[in-house]
Amino acid sequence: MRFHLNGREVDVQAPAMKRLLDVLREDCGLTGTKEGCGEGECGSCTVLLEGEPVCSCLVPFGQVAGARVMTVEGIPADHPLLRHFVEQGATQCGACTPGFLLTAYALGSRAAAEEVRAALAGNLCRCTGYQAIYRSIKKARA
Amino acid sequence: MRTAASDLELVRPASLAEALQALAGDPALRPIAGATDLFVDANAGVLRGRRFLDLWPLRELARIEVKEDVLSVGALATFANIARAEAVRQRLPILAEAARQVGSLQIQNRATIGGNVATASPAADSLPVLLVAEAVVVLQSTGGQRRLPLTDFITGYRRTALAAGELIAAFEIPPLPDGAQRFRKVGARAAQAISKVVLAALVGPVARLAAGSVAPVPLRLSRTEAVLASGGSLAEASQALQEEISPIDDLRSTAAYRRRVAQNLLESFFAGR
Repeated sequence: MRFHLNGREVDVQAPAMKRLLDVLREDCGLTGTKEGCGEGECGSCTVLLEGEPVCSCLVPFGQVAGARVMTVEGIPADHPLLRHFVEQGATQCGACTPGFLLTAYALGSRAAAEEVRAALAGNLCRCTGYQAIYRSIKKARA
Repeated sequence: MRTAASDLELVRPASLAEALQALAGDPALRPIAGATDLFVDANAGVLRGRRFLDLWPLRELARIEVKEDVLSVGALATFANIARAEAVRQRLPILAEAARQVGSLQIQNRATIGGNVATASPAADSLPVLLVAEAVVVLQSTGGQRRLPLTDFITGYRRTALAAGELIAAFEIPPLPDGAQRFRKVGARAAQAISKVVLAALVGPVARLAAGSVAPVPLRLSRTEAVLASGGSLAEASQALQEEISPIDDLRSTAAYRRRVAQNLLESFFAGR
């Protein structure tokens, strides 16, 4: 099945009802996407589908035929979000980090500061207390 | 994933007609759209069914439009679509408000209003709003269309009147009488919570009221409305509300808390009427 993964067209053979999360990790070898709760509560497995954040644990692979998927590996290495996450200590255990990065990346600079917090409500972090994450995103948008 | 996916089938129809044909030929085919409820079951290893009908490609069912003064919201409209739709924000702002409180942004980007109604959970955020709006469910099969008021469509705890071979196509919402629309969802936290109590209301010359998470089904509170319509006091309306609801203790809240909060919301909505 063909779809666009991180800007490249790929052809991946996997069952249509397999979770996008598992296809990315097992069939595409992209292990940056992490499984957290497996029920759409924590946002760890967030990827961008047609540019919008979704939980990849809740997407049947068959539904991404022809669509654009972006994982954390698709964020350019020189993107300011990555540098500020490192500099601000926004990562501790790291399990939630790819999800936060993608939700923040999708927001770009279009949202107001309070909307950033609302948009990130579906990404849970049990280490940082969020402040370092909000700070990193604010700096990346400056 | 605890449900082996390799022997599950996903049928991808090219059109609504093709989807309805497939459904007519195989009553065991389960419709799937944003999968935000269905894949939770799959991940928990309790998914029912082996063959699934993918509605996601049927973009004609995602339209939100006003036709002859009736707001029509396609069953495949996601809560993100609904929250942004100008027609919804103008005519039924509490539906946009409820849509912004369904799960998280990730869930709003995938979860559809048709799925919310088909699942018929008593805690569904959009259902009290649709009840207050007296929404009509448009059902489609190879045999044609039929229309059912939402109150008749939901027949019990997670049960609906959807017949074999039918799909929910859209919800039709007639213009609401004058008045202020009110919506409040009370959960454990401001975002990403399942409701303890949901109340939606129209506060005006005509009073309408519906509640979620306080009975086996989302409930239109018609006796409470009648008390308000006949000029009854807020205390009398609260009494009627307490008689109409039947909340339970569960992992999210207690019956006593739900009764208290439902009454507080009623009083706050109608205090200045």
